[in-house]
Amino acid sequence: MNKEFKDRNVKEGYKFLEIEAPAKDPWGSFIQVLKRTFKGELFVGLWIVLREMLKFNIHTVKYPLEKLPISPRFRAIHRLQRLLESGNNRCIGCGLCEKICVANCIRIDTKIDENSRKEVLDYTINFGRCIYCGYCAEVCPELAIVHTKDYEHASEQRAEFAQKEDLLTPLEIFRAGKQREFPGFGAPSKDADKFIKKTPLAY
Amino acid sequence: MSDTGYIVETIIKVIVILIIFSAGAGFTTYVERKVLAFMQRRLGPTHVGPYGVLQIIADAIKLFTKEDIIPQNVIRPIFIIAPIISATAAFTALSALPIVPQFTIFGYTVHPIISDIDVGLLFIIGVMGAGMYGPLLAGMSSSNKWGLLGAARTVIQLLSFEVVTGLSVLAPLMLVGSLSLIDINNYQSGGFTDWLIWKQPLAFVLFLISGYAETNRTPFDLIEHEAEIVSGYATEYSGMRWGLFFIGEYANMFTISFLVSIIFLGGYNPWGFIPGAIAILLKISFFIFAFLWTRAAWPHVRPDQLMWFCWKVLMPLAVINILITGFVLV
Repeated sequence: MNKEFKDRNVKEGYKFLEIEAPAKDPWGSFIQVLKRTFKGELFVGLWIVLREMLKFNIHTVKYPLEKLPISPRFRAIHRLQRLLESGNNRCIGCGLCEKICVANCIRIDTKIDENSRKEVLDYTINFGRCIYCGYCAEVCPELAIVHTKDYEHASEQRAEFAQKEDLLTPLEIFRAGKQREFPGFGAPSKDADKFIKKTPLAY
Repeated sequence: MSDTGYIVETIIKVIVILIIFSAGAGFTTYVERKVLAFMQRRLGPTHVGPYGVLQIIADAIKLFTKEDIIPQNVIRPIFIIAPIISATAAFTALSALPIVPQFTIFGYTVHPIISDIDVGLLFIIGVMGAGMYGPLLAGMSSSNKWGLLGAARTVIQLLSFEVVTGLSVLAPLMLVGSLSLIDINNYQSGGFTDWLIWKQPLAFVLFLISGYAETNRTPFDLIEHEAEIVSGYATEYSGMRWGLFFIGEYANMFTISFLVSIIFLGGYNPWGFIPGAIAILLKISFFIFAFLWTRAAWPHVRPDQLMWFCWKVLMPLAVINILITGFVLV
């Protein structure tokens, strides 16, 4: 077995602490106490905190007023997207997300409508159970269910349900062109708008 | 001076000192939170009032209006009286303390000391030692294991540092020849070079260390160290009773700062061009800051380490210091 495989966490540039062996006799421990007493380590500590105070390099983020930038792949509350052309629900009711959901918190209610297309009647996510793993967004063939960045999510109830009305992008936001794409696997490119032709039904 | 005038003057002085030091204790909590925050790269209280100054008032309202909980199995009279002992002792110690040099107001000379007793220093150290009955009784009466541990640690701490306090302050007293703090102050009236710290540097360090132990501040805050024994003796206390312990602790911090400044750092004598009152204020501010500074920087010691340190290191050093001082005097 070679050494690199054994210590694979140790990289170059690691510094190892030199820990001195414990003293064997009373005289040795006395010498050790003297050494540690006059080493001045206590004053190093004092100097470090004083230096930080004088530098005044405050790291506080005043949270409700300021927010840290979060990753584009951040997985927070879900959203059902609308089709860019028509504004209809993108979800085709295939049920893959319901199937893959590890926390068993998604439920889809569908029916076959008069045009013998599948219609999504209701789409609920139990946010009390959801573990925000992102499998539903990953498995969705239509990029219909995505994660937004809204992580400020509190409820008075232990299990909070989200119905289809809550999840679907509100129409006014959609009409203002503010529907955000989830830049994950298979997401439309940034210039996708240029390639979209309106369907004849929209006229 | 007539008796009535003396009584009225003393009462006024008592009230003024009570108000000043209660307010000072409150303000020190604000300063402590700010200084600790800045040293840890945080902001501290910011929301209540400008720069969070009014946080003190918010805290005071909270403490005063909180429900006064007395748990079921406590020994009721002792539980009730313990915080009062703590605060009373802390404020009584202030009564023998000369705060600022004497001044004349409307043609009337004011001695800013409530009672100039001959054994001022002994009185202060004794009363502060008696103040340790507060934590001891509180911990023992509150029928709580953490409280009991805190009380036991109080005794350990008292036994350890009180010896060092007495012995370390003995050497400068041998030089001065008086226990009155005013005499000690006047002994150093010759300016910067007359300060006792130059003659007794070791005693200064020892007294400062034991002062930290006396006020239960880091690194000797083991009687209420929350990482080990929740809150020690104060675990069962809440509201204003807890607030009394708190005020007592901060008043003790002021007392120790005053003592160190007066005994070793020239007290309220004018310092160069700085008048005496401002000089002692600067010294006290420095020592209060040092209390907060060490709290931000240092971990605390174990009880056995404290005993080891006090009995095996500090006490021999103090005795040697006294011996050397004696030989030099002879």
